Amino acid sequence: MRKFLLFLSVIVAGLVFIARLFYLQVYTSSTHNLYEDNAIRKVYDYPKRGFVYDRNGELLVANQPSYDVMVIPREVEPLDTIEFCALLKIDKEKFIKTYNKCYRYSPRLPSVFVSHLSKEDYAVLQEKMRKYEGFYIQKRSLRNYETSIGANVLGDIGEVNNAIINKDPYYRMGDLIGKQGVEASYENTLRGVKGIKFIQKDRFNRNIGPYKEGKFDTIPEQGKDITITIDATLQAYGELLMQNKRGGIIAIEPSSGEILTMVSAPSYNPNILVGRERSRNFTKLYNDTIAKPLFDRSLKAQYPPGSPFKVLNALIGLQEEVVTTQDRFSCRMGYYLGSRRLTGCHHHKSPLSMTDGIAQSCNAYFANVYRRIIEKYDKPYDGMNAWSNHVKSFGLGNYLGYDLKIGNKGRIPDGAFYDKWYGKNRWAATYNISNAIGQGEVEATPIQLANMVAAISNRGFFYTPHIIKHIEGETINENYTTPKQTTIDNRYFEPIVQGMFDVYNKGTASMLRVKDIDICGKTGTAENFAKIDGVKTQLTDHSIFVAFAPKDNPKIALAVFVENGYWGSRFAGKIASLIIEKYIKGHISRTDLEEWILRHSLEDEYAKPQSGQPFKINGETTIQAVDEAEYIRLKKQLKKISKVKVNG
Amino acid sequence: MVRETNKYFKFDWITIILFFLLVGFGWLNILSASNTGETIDYFNFSQPYSKQLIFILLTLGLIVIILSIEAKFYERFSSIIYIVSMLSLVGLFLFGKNVNGATSWYAIGGMTLQPSEFAKAATALAVAKYVSDLNSDIKRLKDQIQTFIIIAIPAILVLLQNDTGSTVVYGAFFFVLYREGLPKIYLNLAVLATLLSVFSLKFGATITSILTVILIVAYHFLSKKKPPILQSLFMLFVCVGLSVGIKFFYQSILQPHQQERISLWLRLEKDPVKLEQMKKTFAYNLNESEKAISSGGFTGRGFLEGTRTTGKFVPEQHTDYIFSTVGEEWGFLGSSMVVIVFVLLIIRVLHLAELQKSQFSRVYGYGVASIIFMHFLINIGMVMGLIPTIGIPLPMFSYGGSGLWAFTILLFIFIKLDSNRINEW
Repeated sequence: MRKFLLFLSVIVAGLVFIARLFYLQVYTSSTHNLYEDNAIRKVYDYPKRGFVYDRNGELLVANQPSYDVMVIPREVEPLDTIEFCALLKIDKEKFIKTYNKCYRYSPRLPSVFVSHLSKEDYAVLQEKMRKYEGFYIQKRSLRNYETSIGANVLGDIGEVNNAIINKDPYYRMGDLIGKQGVEASYENTLRGVKGIKFIQKDRFNRNIGPYKEGKFDTIPEQGKDITITIDATLQAYGELLMQNKRGGIIAIEPSSGEILTMVSAPSYNPNILVGRERSRNFTKLYNDTIAKPLFDRSLKAQYPPGSPFKVLNALIGLQEEVVTTQDRFSCRMGYYLGSRRLTGCHHHKSPLSMTDGIAQSCNAYFANVYRRIIEKYDKPYDGMNAWSNHVKSFGLGNYLGYDLKIGNKGRIPDGAFYDKWYGKNRWAATYNISNAIGQGEVEATPIQLANMVAAISNRGFFYTPHIIKHIEGETINENYTTPKQTTIDNRYFEPIVQGMFDVYNKGTASMLRVKDIDICGKTGTAENFAKIDGVKTQLTDHSIFVAFAPKDNPKIALAVFVENGYWGSRFAGKIASLIIEKYIKGHISRTDLEEWILRHSLEDEYAKPQSGQPFKINGETTIQAVDEAEYIRLKKQLKKISKVKVNG
Repeated sequence: MVRETNKYFKFDWITIILFFLLVGFGWLNILSASNTGETIDYFNFSQPYSKQLIFILLTLGLIVIILSIEAKFYERFSSIIYIVSMLSLVGLFLFGKNVNGATSWYAIGGMTLQPSEFAKAATALAVAKYVSDLNSDIKRLKDQIQTFIIIAIPAILVLLQNDTGSTVVYGAFFFVLYREGLPKIYLNLAVLATLLSVFSLKFGATITSILTVILIVAYHFLSKKKPPILQSLFMLFVCVGLSVGIKFFYQSILQPHQQERISLWLRLEKDPVKLEQMKKTFAYNLNESEKAISSGGFTGRGFLEGTRTTGKFVPEQHTDYIFSTVGEEWGFLGSSMVVIVFVLLIIRVLHLAELQKSQFSRVYGYGVASIIFMHFLINIGMVMGLIPTIGIPLPMFSYGGSGLWAFTILLFIFIKLDSNRINEW
């Protein structure tokens, strides 16, 4: 027995050691990763972010250098904080607060200590930097907007947050990422790929040379330049027209689906979201919950489309063969079911055929057509579905699939929708007759409406709207170059187009004609409500206008929304005419319209619900003229825009 | 047998091969641990790997000398060797050179020698000589005391020179004496004391005392052959006294750095902030060493590929912490192999010791196995955080001429004794 004590001890020790080795090296060891090895310093080399050009080659977004002071808390040695704070232009309290925050994030990993130093501060600091162990300067590239327009289109870049870092290991603390607009949509294209150098450290954190002679180092891959479909001049002009109003303009080139203009008002200068002031300005914009400048109305605002929707019903009526272009419907200032008026109408001659129905925007006409469509089928459920499918084929009722990251689905009801609402088969076309005139349950976003108009102007097909025109050395997504067919046959479009043409010639927009351009359009007015102190209150109607031009071989299709602008031709129609003329002719002959739009503000209208006072809606008196100083400012901007020639 | 007739095969080649495996692999790891990332220059004698290569070459000469000397010489001159060795330790107080807080080196020219390394072999010879003497019997208290003195002299001398690690190694002789008939009570006491100490430090004296009382009382009443009440009371008194005393010993007698090491080993500190602090201070070595071993994974990062080794993250990596290099660069496979080779070597020596016909050779062989085992246990245990930090080298592996030669002498004297086995009747 005595012989075995040492023998057993040796065996046991050996087994325990192997078990411990197994625990350390196999059980708890993560596969070796250079990125997580703190014996290796990772130095990133950030590539140039790609530039953004407009469709005419005008540079919109470029870069400017920026310098961040980074800290690795664990490596910080006691330092002269007073001097350091003075150099960084911060106070000591902020120094301590930031340091603690960085330490909490990670004592080992670099955090941004002070971001976006100016070139001057950088120059001073750079010489003294070696005195402050644990701190270093990281050069980055910031955006430099060459323009003051298109904030909603161009978007911005900002520091990544923890959620992004956890999701995508490419990003490290302090990296910049596209947050909105094309910066976000084309982040991977624009950013390029950062390069990395692995440097072997010793335990005193000194660099002792490249790891493996730089075998694993990568050189940065430059970001690619992109050209977007926006016409900068048209965009600027659109934004100018929308000043002192709220709403959106979307203009599309029907033959390609390219978005020419995408205005959301109110807007802001993209340059305010660059550099050290970024967070303060962003908070300011973010906290403006009344005007909501960060809310992209052109993509996200969802309204009942109103009368422009009527043309769709006409098309569906023809396709379903429940109505011919010759059929006339009478209108007694509205549409009646028995003695009950389901929907009103304005004064016009009666009865009307299709073309005139569109031109005069007769509610009763479309109520009849709508009813015939739904009632063509035995069950309203099937009729509703057939109608819904036609409408959806125009890109309504669902995400369009454009290359910007925000949007709304809109709403196009179907049979199931009303079954759920009223009970199975316990409803009929008359229950939702408002859909005939774009009220009721239908809702759409401006870009969906613009796309619908583009499809009509193309007589039956559209290209998915998109913002990307060209990427250096790449082809753009095939989805944007393949036409999407609607369910309406080509032959049914001509009378509808004629109707829309007549809107301009003798209908609701006859005052907005532009010489030498055959514009087809449709006015619209959308009732809308807001909750004021918990009470649903009706506000002044939204002014809506859709149009395309020229009538044949259309070059531009657009939708204009002006919140609380009252009827369609009052604000939206004028703006639409101006945009079309600007785009096609390059100069404005209807300066009277331009003058009127610049002169008038809707701020008073917007102030009403906020005032807490009782107010009247839809009144002619609510229009407010801008003061002289503002008018002069706008005129100055206009002059700047007019100098640039637009290539039609 | 071939071995008995052939001049060269009379040596135990298995032991010799295992020895050279360890020395050779050890040198590769010293090369890796001391390599500064520049091109390797074997003739740059400021580099540890070049120096160690010289030490290894000199070892070959040493082996030839040891094996050429008449086997009987070692037994006959063991007392003189012991006395000379003890004098060399005493001489350190006068001429010693202080390195890292321990006055354990003689500086001769550009070389340093560490007599405490050689003292282990000398003590092993002296113990073997005394225990194998026909007049001595380890079961007698007088001989136990005498043997204890032989072991205690070098142990205390090195302790006074601040070389705690080497003192602990002399505990190895317990295995030797136990094999030769040391009464079982010592083993029981040693095990009991160790368990009680660890328990008291980890869970507190109160809990440990209560538990011991319950156990002893239960044993007293439940045991079939009723132990005398006095014996149980005595046991109770000793145990409780020990568990209270150890706390006092820990807090008042141990030096702060020793307290820290024990606290670290028993994971006494729970506060994450303090733990983080510890990792930067006294737990730094262990933390880095564990990380290096852990980062090796199953197959390791490859020879000269370890980033923590190249970056010199583990201090003393080519000496006491050499095993962390093995861990990082050779992974679980390599490290386990090293553990296995050590186990095989120790067991081989043990096996040979049992085969010896002379008691001197057997006791000496046991001494060799015990000393190597003690180093192996403490060093690798420490590097992996299983044992409190005690700075002693890994035999045959760690950088250092004195250590390598001392182990060579220790082992090859036994190989020589073993080769002479057939002549012993």
